[in-house]
Amino acid sequence: MKRKSSRAAKAAKISKPALRRTKTRKYAPRAKTAAAPKPKVAFYWCSSCGGCEEAVVDLEENILEVTAAVDIVFWPCALDFKTEDVRALPDQSLAVAFINGAVRTSEQEEMVKLLRAKSQLVIAFGACAVQGGIPSLANLKDKESIITRAYREAESVVNPKGTLPQENTTLHGESLTIPRFYETVYTLADVIPVDYYLPGCPPTRSLLEDALHAILGNRLPARGAVLAPNHSLCKTCERNATKPDRLMIQDLKRIHQVAADPESCFLAQGLLCLGPATRDGCGQACIKANMPCTGCFGPLSHFDQGAKMLSALAGIFQAEGETAADHFAASVVDPAGTFYRYGVAASLLGGRRKERSHG
Amino acid sequence: MTEFTPKIVAFVCNWCAYGGADNAGSQKLEYPAAVKLIRVMCSGRVEPEMVMQAFRQGADGVMVLGCHPGDCHYRNGNMKALRRFRLFSRLLAQFGIHQDRFVFDWVAASEGKKFQTVATRLAAAVQKLGPLSLTGYVRQGEPS
Ligand code: SF4
Ligand code: SF4
Repeated sequence: MKRKSSRAAKAAKISKPALRRTKTRKYAPRAKTAAAPKPKVAFYWCSSCGGCEEAVVDLEENILEVTAAVDIVFWPCALDFKTEDVRALPDQSLAVAFINGAVRTSEQEEMVKLLRAKSQLVIAFGACAVQGGIPSLANLKDKESIITRAYREAESVVNPKGTLPQENTTLHGESLTIPRFYETVYTLADVIPVDYYLPGCPPTRSLLEDALHAILGNRLPARGAVLAPNHSLCKTCERNATKPDRLMIQDLKRIHQVAADPESCFLAQGLLCLGPATRDGCGQACIKANMPCTGCFGPLSHFDQGAKMLSALAGIFQAEGETAADHFAASVVDPAGTFYRYGVAASLLGGRRKERSHG
Repeated sequence: MTEFTPKIVAFVCNWCAYGGADNAGSQKLEYPAAVKLIRVMCSGRVEPEMVMQAFRQGADGVMVLGCHPGDCHYRNGNMKALRRFRLFSRLLAQFGIHQDRFVFDWVAASEGKKFQTVATRLAAAVQKLGPLSLTGYVRQGEPS
């Protein structure tokens, strides 16, 4: 019992800094002379939903503090700068580029390569840039079926001639070229070298603030680091103390089928929670809203999130025998979508083949 | 065109399935040379990650063989493995890996014949399917 309560106390202690900060922090004052120009920052989006942009806007009044400390020179979602403006900048002249979204088109590839050349630091911002995110679920289908579904079969589509988008179209003597839609979805690091990773769907306000403070205060860890703790969510989850010593479940339920207890561990309730296989740092937004973790912070370093979670889940399922095993297997309705919801592009089976380059 | 020789990785548990493979050998029962054995202490020790790594690193087929139900040296490691790999098979299919490329089965230390049957059947299935090419991977002409 003692062990459990100390665990709970620790959880409470650790989760605190993750709460919203209202107090503003001051950056080192910068001289107002031309001799000390403010660091230049870019924000860019690739295949994304806009949620990561929203996370920046969510800095609320603190964004003023950020804009006082840096010059935002490119932010297609919010400010009217053009690609040409970025091209005109000298190489390495941006202090940092925050890039969200996965990479799926030739235009995105071109843009992230451009930003890489112009920036001293590139930060993969959000689950899509870090692990492929929701867009990389598309890697479970091939390009042809995606295009056909989207342009011919979808219930809302009216396309009697079955026209499909073409990279090059000539109409009335004019030719139009649109970006190429790649076969697969890539993580940002598949396409360009990435310096730091900010996970989350989207990254939390406190994570972003901490990252900004680290960059501006020159307190960044070694390159390549994920700017979130390298332990699983369970470690700081306030429900962890309620987990029985020997966790065993009889049946897997889905969240809409039950009224989830607001205090006890979801897994112990037979509800699939990805906490054991997911990196901490989200501030437990979902858990606090009585929703199990769906895994947006991705895996801990060097692990495959889905494989770990599948393994853990099968391990705690109690029933033995072939029929029970089949029943268990069938109870996870969509295994890939459940265990790799935010990370097919970074997974062992669907991620980039790094060992060999041929098919 | 060069002929396709499948690569097959077999995770075999120390107490039963490895004995089964050994038994096949001592009875001079032939099984495909493509099958490479990896001895582990228990089928319950084989993590899905290990099977994925095998596929990723070039295996065209993988099998995990453990003790029959009730015979597990560690009481129920094989049952854990059974639950894991039943679910895992469904996951593989979603990633575009044909279910016939993966086998989970029981082989006792005395079952040289069964080991031969399982191995031969998997090799034949893989031969028919051809080399594994994982979908969702980088294709030629894309970002390098
Ligand atoms: S990480 Fe989440 S919030 Fe950010 S772009 Fe992707 S889906 Fe949207
Ligand atoms: S499994 Fe989920 S609810 Fe349980 S301790 Fe881990 S994160 Fe919390």
